[in-house]
Amino acid sequence: MQLTNRAKQVDRRPLNFAEKIYLPAVLKGMGITFSHIFKKKATIKFPEETRPFSPVFRGLHILNRDEEGRENCTACGLCAVACPAEAITMDAAERLPGEEHLYREEKYAAKYEINMLRCIFCGLCEEACPKDAIYLTETFAPANYSRQSFIYGKENMVIPHPKENPEAFTKAKGLIDERKAKASQQQ
Amino acid sequence: MILLAVDWALVLEKLIFIAVIITISLVVALYMTFGERKVAAWIQDRIGPNRAGPLGLLQPLADGVKMFFKEEIIPTSSNKVLFILGPSLAMITAMLTSAVIPWGDKAELFGRTITLQIADVNIGILYVFGVVSLGVYGIMIGSWASNNKFSLMGGLRAASQIISYELAMGLSLIALLMITGSLSLGEMVKQQQEGWWNFFLQPLGFFIFLVCAFAECNRTPFDLAEAENELIGGYHSEYSSLKLGFYLFAEYINMFISSAVMATLYFGGYDILPFYDETAWGLSANLMALLGAAALFVKILVFIFIFMWVRWTIPRFRYDQLMNLGWKKLIPLALFNMLVTAAVILFLKK
Repeated sequence: MQLTNRAKQVDRRPLNFAEKIYLPAVLKGMGITFSHIFKKKATIKFPEETRPFSPVFRGLHILNRDEEGRENCTACGLCAVACPAEAITMDAAERLPGEEHLYREEKYAAKYEINMLRCIFCGLCEEACPKDAIYLTETFAPANYSRQSFIYGKENMVIPHPKENPEAFTKAKGLIDERKAKASQQQ
Repeated sequence: MILLAVDWALVLEKLIFIAVIITISLVVALYMTFGERKVAAWIQDRIGPNRAGPLGLLQPLADGVKMFFKEEIIPTSSNKVLFILGPSLAMITAMLTSAVIPWGDKAELFGRTITLQIADVNIGILYVFGVVSLGVYGIMIGSWASNNKFSLMGGLRAASQIISYELAMGLSLIALLMITGSLSLGEMVKQQQEGWWNFFLQPLGFFIFLVCAFAECNRTPFDLAEAENELIGGYHSEYSSLKLGFYLFAEYINMFISSAVMATLYFGGYDILPFYDETAWGLSANLMALLGAAALFVKILVFIFIFMWVRWTIPRFRYDQLMNLGWKKLIPLALFNMLVTAAVILFLKK
């Protein structure tokens, strides 16, 4: 009875002399391995070369500033609510007179922490943010010796100030714009 | 007092030459470990070691230093003397063989004619056979002294394998000796320089010799003695640090030496081109000796590459396959080759 037509007749003849001496098969195998010597190598020499990320890659977070260097985040807490891993905590504070150059709106995040060990890098915080404040980058969390050092604060995440470090600021802005463009392409 | 009249210059010359040859064998073996990893990587579509030094060229040094700094462990239930003797013997016998190989033609230096061969013994090839067979004692003694079942199993495998393949190797060599009529390696090379390379006269003999050389060196597909997955490393399971390094290193020196022997026996040794009289170039003797030595090294390197190439192509034989191949295929083939050679020589002489 034939159930499928994928059945193959197996050759069960005893080995002939050439097969018993293994040499033809060995030479054939050596031909194959020799051809592999000249094939393109699959290796990526890591620190010098990196694998290109997928356009939707989600890595470490950054907190955005506007063109005048004011922080965008208003500590509304939507990201913390959206976060399925409950990795985000923050303390809100009121902007005092004279701090207008630091924070864009009258409320800001005095403390903003993401626990990178809890974070699952789903990107829901980025989607939830109404203030254009949080973005995910193409960086991995580097290895470290203590759990404490995986809790990233504002000092680790807020992008450089446009006046103090204009180059790094434009670079960060560029990355954010790229990410926005990619996100709109996806939709 | 005539008996004591030693030619000190000759002694010095030979001592220096021995030092040079041993250094070269060690350096070549060192870089063979690097070559092995590179060849393995290329065959598997990888790049291989490339971090230590330019192009990864310092990798063997790093490996050596690593071996050196590993903890030295001698099992309490082992026989200490034999445990240390094993790897030393493996290393010594591996180095001994280089004595009779002609590395090049005569050179003239400081007004002396120097033969680029440590000892042109008239039974050279028998000496090689003797020393190579001694090499298995290193493995057997080491495996026995380890007092470990897996080690012992590996040692037994190595011993029976070498006995089986030595026979076929010897038989294939007899056919060669019928042609050359000499056991001296220097003499064989001279004959090949003037006439044909022995490979063209003895292709089947060479093939048998090659397969047996693989088996004698314990190289894949014949590395049953150290089968990692069945014998957890075989005869060197219990070894660590530099003693393990000695075993591993001896394997590479053996490979180097057997490549040199094959090049000498079948591929004209330091003869540069087959069917061609190099004296027609009219170069000085020293330059010819240098070119000849270089040609020999090129041949050796090709053989070493073949050793590695085969290793990364073929999986290990099963033990019954190994014995069948040795006793039922290679020995009859070698006998057949011997008889045909004898018949042809007899026919040509008539």
